[in-house]
Amino acid sequence: MNKAFLGASLAVMISHGGIAMAENVLRWGAARDIYSLDPYSLGSTSNLAFLNHIYEGLVRYTPDFEVEPALAESWELIGPATWRFHLRKGVTFQNGAGFNADDVLASMKRVSDPESPLRGNIPTYVSTTKIDDYTVDIETTSGSSLFLRDMTNIFMFDAGWLKDNDAEAPTSVGAQTENFATYNTNGTGPFMLESRVPDSETVLVVNEGWWDEPKHDLDRIEFTPITSAPTRVAALLSGEIDLTESVPVQDLERVGASPEIEVIQRSDLRTVMLSFNRRETLADGRPNPFNDLRLRQAIDMAVDRELIGKRIMRGKAHIAGTMVAPEIPGYDADLDLPTPYDPDKARALIEEAGLTGTEFTLTCANDETVNEESMCQAVVSMLTRVGLAPRLDIGPRAVQSPKRSSGKADMFITSWANEPTLDAYSLLVQVLSSADEAQGVANYGDWSYPEIDELTTQISVETDEARRLELEREALRIAKDEVVLVPLYQQPMAWATGDGISEVTIRADNKPRHWLTRMGE
Amino acid sequence: MLVFILKRLVNAIFVMLAVAFLAFAIFQVAGDPVEMLANEQMSQADRDALRDRMGLNDPMPVQFLRFVGNAAQGDFGMSYRNNQDVIGLIAERFPATMELVLVATLISLVVGIPLGILTAIGRGRWYAEGLQFLSIIGVSLPSFVVGIMLILVFSVILGWSPSFGRGEVIDFGWWSTGLLTPSGREALVLPAISLSLYQITLIMRLVRAEMLEVLRTDFIKFARARGIPRRRIWFRHALRNCLMPVVTMTAMNVGVLIAFALITETVFQWPGMGMLFIQAVTFLDFPVMAAYLVIISFIFVVLNTAVDISYAIIDPRLRSAR
Repeated sequence: MNKAFLGASLAVMISHGGIAMAENVLRWGAARDIYSLDPYSLGSTSNLAFLNHIYEGLVRYTPDFEVEPALAESWELIGPATWRFHLRKGVTFQNGAGFNADDVLASMKRVSDPESPLRGNIPTYVSTTKIDDYTVDIETTSGSSLFLRDMTNIFMFDAGWLKDNDAEAPTSVGAQTENFATYNTNGTGPFMLESRVPDSETVLVVNEGWWDEPKHDLDRIEFTPITSAPTRVAALLSGEIDLTESVPVQDLERVGASPEIEVIQRSDLRTVMLSFNRRETLADGRPNPFNDLRLRQAIDMAVDRELIGKRIMRGKAHIAGTMVAPEIPGYDADLDLPTPYDPDKARALIEEAGLTGTEFTLTCANDETVNEESMCQAVVSMLTRVGLAPRLDIGPRAVQSPKRSSGKADMFITSWANEPTLDAYSLLVQVLSSADEAQGVANYGDWSYPEIDELTTQISVETDEARRLELEREALRIAKDEVVLVPLYQQPMAWATGDGISEVTIRADNKPRHWLTRMGE
Repeated sequence: MLVFILKRLVNAIFVMLAVAFLAFAIFQVAGDPVEMLANEQMSQADRDALRDRMGLNDPMPVQFLRFVGNAAQGDFGMSYRNNQDVIGLIAERFPATMELVLVATLISLVVGIPLGILTAIGRGRWYAEGLQFLSIIGVSLPSFVVGIMLILVFSVILGWSPSFGRGEVIDFGWWSTGLLTPSGREALVLPAISLSLYQITLIMRLVRAEMLEVLRTDFIKFARARGIPRRRIWFRHALRNCLMPVVTMTAMNVGVLIAFALITETVFQWPGMGMLFIQAVTFLDFPVMAAYLVIISFIFVVLNTAVDISYAIIDPRLRSAR
């Protein structure tokens, strides 16, 4: 009798243990670790995407990259360039403090500090004023709704928490001081930080007090960086991780062949483009041949995008005719017709321009875009075939990027995802515009098209969205006609999940959104 | 003796200064860390201001002297990438690397010495020649290949051990150890084997060469003439005479292993100093790179000096010779 009772209670205990064990733990293997827990520490897209699990902004993106309410319930333009945000009531931070206008004030002050590395992410921001506990006015330099898109990446801190922990100023590499927020978090988001050991593991647990209706069924996220790609693939194959958002293109077939693993792939937002030095002379003093439109057109024709897409990108890239991805506002399907591959015509054009045998370097990085090294090798041989004499200069991004910006590179790769704005304006203002103080930051070739500059300025102050997109399409058409850049493709991306994962959301911006991930049946 | 030690210490300081100087010379051509820190929308003016605040516009000698001055006070600055104190970052990783290196050294001794004896006494036999042949493979296989092969076989195919990480660790003050938990020990096996493979073959070849040398000497012949059993001659008389160079080399190679562990650490995502260094390189995180190089050279210098000093104590001729 006693024995039977014991047995029964043991069985109950075991089954209870079973239920407790069945909590949904997402073991997530990433290609690299996050840099810091402070969302204002570095304008890195991947860092911000991770921290978005803990912190949230006033607004956020819908699945189709439209802006939707998050910590602000609604907003309107009340002056020519002033936004009024009505804050959501009843939101609490993970330390229990309530969210209100003071938190927005403190956060905006911290992020817009001249030393803040994220200051550049909100270029039009001027100031914030508190109207009442749940209303703030944010003044900007223009009434463009692009500001709202920029705000999706500006996460909200708790004012009291910042003050108590002496973290009101942003982390700054210049100041050489550590910041409490580098090691600790207190957000309003769907998950809370449990522990973090840099380069080993960062553990998040579900935030039961999240204001939004959770779509996920996770209890815990164990985030492990595994930098070596073969090791990451091995960990997935051996079932040590459930998900990775970075499978090397060349391993896709092998990983996909495994019955337990599902591979999800698509092209992402990043457009990879050939770009030219457009200064008067090349770095070695020769007159710059790339200022001849015929040479740029010839190069555009000489590159066999289909072949690169098929062989080097394994058919997973989107071959590009225009400089922004289809998902980006400002995209024009009429422009997205890749220039046909025509080596004969290219050779004739080069001969006509008297540039046959022109020597130049193509500067590429081996750690920047997907399979960039192989792609550049292919481009070099394609250009050699039409009578040019390119030389490949390959190295790590850290070494190559100063060569691009200083004009030492004759031809180079520009890749642009339009982060964080997710609008063609990003490409227009930072890449295609003439370089000056505030714009053309990634205009490495120093090209200058007054008509594009003019349109970009109009776009920045245009408050009507439809009109803005029209202007953007016009500017992109000019850029295509002038062959400012040679768009090649939107690079492929691939995630893989083990059989524990029943639902995962992957979108063109390649960001993890595990508040939408489900592991149960 | 005191003069000798002082001389060695002054030498050591010069070596470290030279390493730091070389590191700084390399930084001048390595690229621009501001490019890595800046986000897409940061204006040129902001970039210039940031570069200025980071002190990167100062001439190289000024940057170098500032670094040496701060380093002498134990301040290596702050990591660009992690926004954390460099010395804290390195101290956090040091136990992981040290544990890996010590276990790898232990494995290489435990396996290498018996194999060395075996190949020496069985010279000409098939198994000795076979081992010799295998050792060439061991010497020539790059350690990342070994690591990947081990992962493929033992993690993916057999599923015996984890393919990455350090498992569960227990903290003792600032030291963290994985030796006390089952998952920590499991995680240590593959990286340690992978790191020790080269060392095993090295020790095996060294012991073999020394053994062959010793076995030819007169005292061994006399010992045999006296009728002492072979086994006793090998292990008591011959082996003891071989061990001195093995111990020296092992001690010196601890430094080499710490430096070379970075490849093993990258393959196995072992959260040690080498891993930190590799990531710092890709990010142009100069403070971490400089501190790592100085600390590694410090370890080398300390090991070398210790070996020198112990030699001087053992052999009086060396003392007067300098």
